[in-house]
Amino acid sequence: MIGRFLGAIGAWLRRSLQDLGFAVRSFFIMLAASGGLWRRPRLVMEQLFFIGNRSLVITIVSGLFVGMVLGLQGYYTLTTYGATQSLGQLVALSLMRELGPVVTALLFAGRAGTSLTAEIGLMKAGEQLSAMEMMAVNPIQRVLAPRLLAGIIAMPVLGGIFTAVGIIGSYLVGVVLIGVDEGSFWSQMQAGVDLWKDIINGTYIKSLVFGIAVTFIALFQGYQAQPTPEDVSGATTRTVVISSLMVWWLDFMMTAVMFSK
Amino acid sequence: MQRKSLDVWIGLFVLLGVAAVMFLALKAGNMSSLSFAKTYTVSAKFDNIGGLKPQAPVKGAGVVVGRVAEIVFDDKTYQALVKIDIEDDYKFPKDSSAKILTAGLLGEQYIGLEPGGDLANLAEGDKISMTQSATVLEDLINQFIYSKAADGKDSK
Repeated sequence: MIGRFLGAIGAWLRRSLQDLGFAVRSFFIMLAASGGLWRRPRLVMEQLFFIGNRSLVITIVSGLFVGMVLGLQGYYTLTTYGATQSLGQLVALSLMRELGPVVTALLFAGRAGTSLTAEIGLMKAGEQLSAMEMMAVNPIQRVLAPRLLAGIIAMPVLGGIFTAVGIIGSYLVGVVLIGVDEGSFWSQMQAGVDLWKDIINGTYIKSLVFGIAVTFIALFQGYQAQPTPEDVSGATTRTVVISSLMVWWLDFMMTAVMFSK
Repeated sequence: MQRKSLDVWIGLFVLLGVAAVMFLALKAGNMSSLSFAKTYTVSAKFDNIGGLKPQAPVKGAGVVVGRVAEIVFDDKTYQALVKIDIEDDYKFPKDSSAKILTAGLLGEQYIGLEPGGDLANLAEGDKISMTQSATVLEDLINQFIYSKAADGKDSK
């Protein structure tokens, strides 16, 4: 009884380790395959349009609303302390350090990640990938690598746009609607925001790491899905669940490293 | 999709991204604080720096004239040795004094320079000898409580 239980744990552990190792190996295979894409930038451009441009509207609208809500809530809380002039700093720091990259990554997983998984899963189910292999075209290089590269490029751009639009949203609510002093809104923000620590580290490095993680998870799930309708839809769900959890975990780790001083 | 219009859309995407970077760097973050003006370095010793941090502003009459470059502990005198970068455009007399001040009641701490009367100016590597440490709130409160207690004793 106990022996069987221990055996089950061992088998589970071994399977998990095997999956992890396989995922890491696949990642490096895809990364190596994307090296040759400099000669065929058109492949990446098409994916950049599909992943980046198509996610633009949802990113901008969400950014605007997140900024507006932050401006409103921040204003109500800061009035208690008579410190409404710090609204700009509060909003800018929370957007740059945490909300911008994290919310963009979650939207990105929902908008771009799922469609990547479904697309590749259906390509596999329709045996298009096998057909490519038959024609001596490497599907990892032709299909997966351009998508990975496009995701890695698109995500920091989207994260920056989200943060910028969020600040504009809080400006609209805080300054234009409520009437916080415009000069102190911007000057407090500029006094509190550090170019390296908050903008480069906070927004762009975090977005880059999330972009790598989310895009890879989406591609890996699609490529590993069993070619059945159930498993392709299951893989799409797994993409959202795993990449969301991964984003939270990575965000915690990066915050602990970047801002613990 | 046509090649040309694809390029236009991706160009728009990249343009928006660049606009976001410019907005964040110039409007939200203060790029102008990252100045590349030539500076000269002077040092000052303080008994207590309070919450002063590297990169804190150095102000003369409230105007930012430089930045705190480095803070180290001097184990010979048991004081804090603060190196200050002052921009070349701003000259201060050799006998100027430095104070650690606080912006507002709970704001950030900065160094205030008070000009002296010497005809020679501070130059690279000079030391500011007259300094005033940061005001530590606990000390103030302690002083207040002790003086109150002493008053109470006298009146009995």
